[in-house]
Amino acid sequence: MTIQISDATLLDLHRRMVRIRIFEEAAGKLMEDGKIPGALHLYVGQEAVAAGVMVHLDNADWITSTHRGHGHLIAKGGAFDRMFAELFGRATGYCKGKGGSMHISNMELGMLGANGIVGGGPPIAVGAAFSNKFRKTRNVACTFFGDGASNEGAFHEAANMAGLYRLPIVFVCENNGYGEYTAQANHQAIVDIADRAAGYGMPGVIVDGMDAIAVYEAAGAAIERARRGEGPTLLECKTYRYYDHVGVRGMGLKYRTDEEVAYWRGRDPIRLLESRLAEQGILSAEAAAAVHAEVTYDVQAGIAFAESSPSPDPSALLEDVYA
Amino acid sequence: MAEAQSTTRKLPYVAAITDGVRAVLKEFDNAFVIGEDVAGAGSVYGYYNGLLAEFGPERIYDSPISEEAIVGVGVGAAATGCRPIVDLMFMDFMGECMDEIANQLAKMRYMFGGSAKLPVTMLTMAGAGASLAAQHSQSLEAWVCHVPGLKVVMPTTPYDAKGLIIAAARDDNPVIVILNKMSLAMTGEVPVEPYSIPLGKANIVRPGTNYTIVALGRMLHEALKAAEQLKEFGIDAEVIDPRTLQPFDTTTVVESVKKTHRALIVHEAVRFGGFGGEIAAQIQEEAFDYLDAPVVRVGAPFSPVPFSPALEAHYVPNAARIVAAAKQQLGL
Repeated sequence: MTIQISDATLLDLHRRMVRIRIFEEAAGKLMEDGKIPGALHLYVGQEAVAAGVMVHLDNADWITSTHRGHGHLIAKGGAFDRMFAELFGRATGYCKGKGGSMHISNMELGMLGANGIVGGGPPIAVGAAFSNKFRKTRNVACTFFGDGASNEGAFHEAANMAGLYRLPIVFVCENNGYGEYTAQANHQAIVDIADRAAGYGMPGVIVDGMDAIAVYEAAGAAIERARRGEGPTLLECKTYRYYDHVGVRGMGLKYRTDEEVAYWRGRDPIRLLESRLAEQGILSAEAAAAVHAEVTYDVQAGIAFAESSPSPDPSALLEDVYA
Repeated sequence: MAEAQSTTRKLPYVAAITDGVRAVLKEFDNAFVIGEDVAGAGSVYGYYNGLLAEFGPERIYDSPISEEAIVGVGVGAAATGCRPIVDLMFMDFMGECMDEIANQLAKMRYMFGGSAKLPVTMLTMAGAGASLAAQHSQSLEAWVCHVPGLKVVMPTTPYDAKGLIIAAARDDNPVIVILNKMSLAMTGEVPVEPYSIPLGKANIVRPGTNYTIVALGRMLHEALKAAEQLKEFGIDAEVIDPRTLQPFDTTTVVESVKKTHRALIVHEAVRFGGFGGEIAAQIQEEAFDYLDAPVVRVGAPFSPVPFSPALEAHYVPNAARIVAAAKQQLGL
């Protein structure tokens, strides 16, 4: 199939994915070194999903994210310095150090938060989509959630309501095969979560979540459908998380095999896109390496900003509880 | 703040709710109502009657029976520029949507470092007395008062119902308006024009000199009856309706106790772990040296709300139980 996608968009996709990858690798190391407090849920391996959806959105389109949310914010335009500052718990972070990794957000970028509650996002995104329709905008909402969250009542209530009201929303299921540490086969009786769309009067679409171009095309169709007022879509992206539920090595639990991880790493979304772009003469190996180097520099600058930023003053503790 | 209130008329509590919601929908173009049976049926208790015809289907939305999604719509729509009124038919149904209330609605602003505004008004119905049994009769205000980020009000009269609903909608924070089903028919004077009652300010309904009764929700009316009965024992009770539980007006209660030296707290909710315990603790923290007797709490016993009218009559506190508790406290 001929890809109708501009070179600029392909390079944009690539850069967004590289930004996520290098940020996350660095964040994981900082957590292991004890420099970032709390829990990080790394997005490495799933970059094609965030990038493939977000290139279709602008700041006035809303998203809700998951506890594995850094990638969504980066793809939506998040700045490394303020993101690292938030992960470090500094006053200069996107949430002034009050949210951290699991609640990182930015209203100006249309990012309604990572969420510590599995399935917490879809009802909120339905509200944002309701608001888009109520205010008669052409903006959409995209809600990211995992295979685990697709078993939460919140997802089902949200999907039903979105279907009923024909809301401009795309339910983006990142099926990475695991709900925390439990394999999909042990947490639901179905293989394709897109099947659940039928119950809510919306199309269900399955796409290879390691293929950024495939995600781009499927997400583009769903988002355009939503913008036309034709209602929601459930887009299931089959993907994989390279690291554990939490952190890099996690808790050393034997819940999956090294062979399985190696298989998916063999389908690495960034390498896959880079080889295609090289074949088509859009991005040479040298040019790709230059992107990695540039992003690495930006990541280091972001970390330096965070490390040199002040912690919140204790007087900030009780601020922002109420408006 | 209260506006000019020249013209008033007598309205039942249920119509005062309607009047308050109508005023909000007129005042805010970005306000809408969403909930179960709110549009076509005007709600099971009828307090949205006529609003669908008056404002149209783009302002009043019947929802699926999906409390979590209903509150989710409130959260997402409020964060993105609307001023939703979400209806939770019975307060008991909070169990279905507590994540949206306690983890999302209440905390989003704080978690986001103050960048989000959540002007959600939630109307919900509480209270026993109608033989609706254990899952349609509870008073669960303590659940939500414990969650930072929420405001909580309990209107006790038609005047308060309209004024507190308008105040809730004008506030930029989530406000839970706990209505009482046994008060729906009670009538009172209600101004025609919109007005708001300040949040966080208690109402001294009956001034008194030597005894303080703090009464929550419908118990206000039982407390006022009890105050009359206590007169024969030389007790001149000051009866305070907090109106807002969160933020709680500690000052008004403490000033009263400093004057009267004795206090009783009454609510319909189960006494153990109820909001009365918080009020009692605040009184002893702020006015211990002024107290001539331990603070007394009157509330429901530690059981689910029973169905049988014979049992329910023994469950819900009333004037007689308030009087008995006061007499025991004072050794009368």
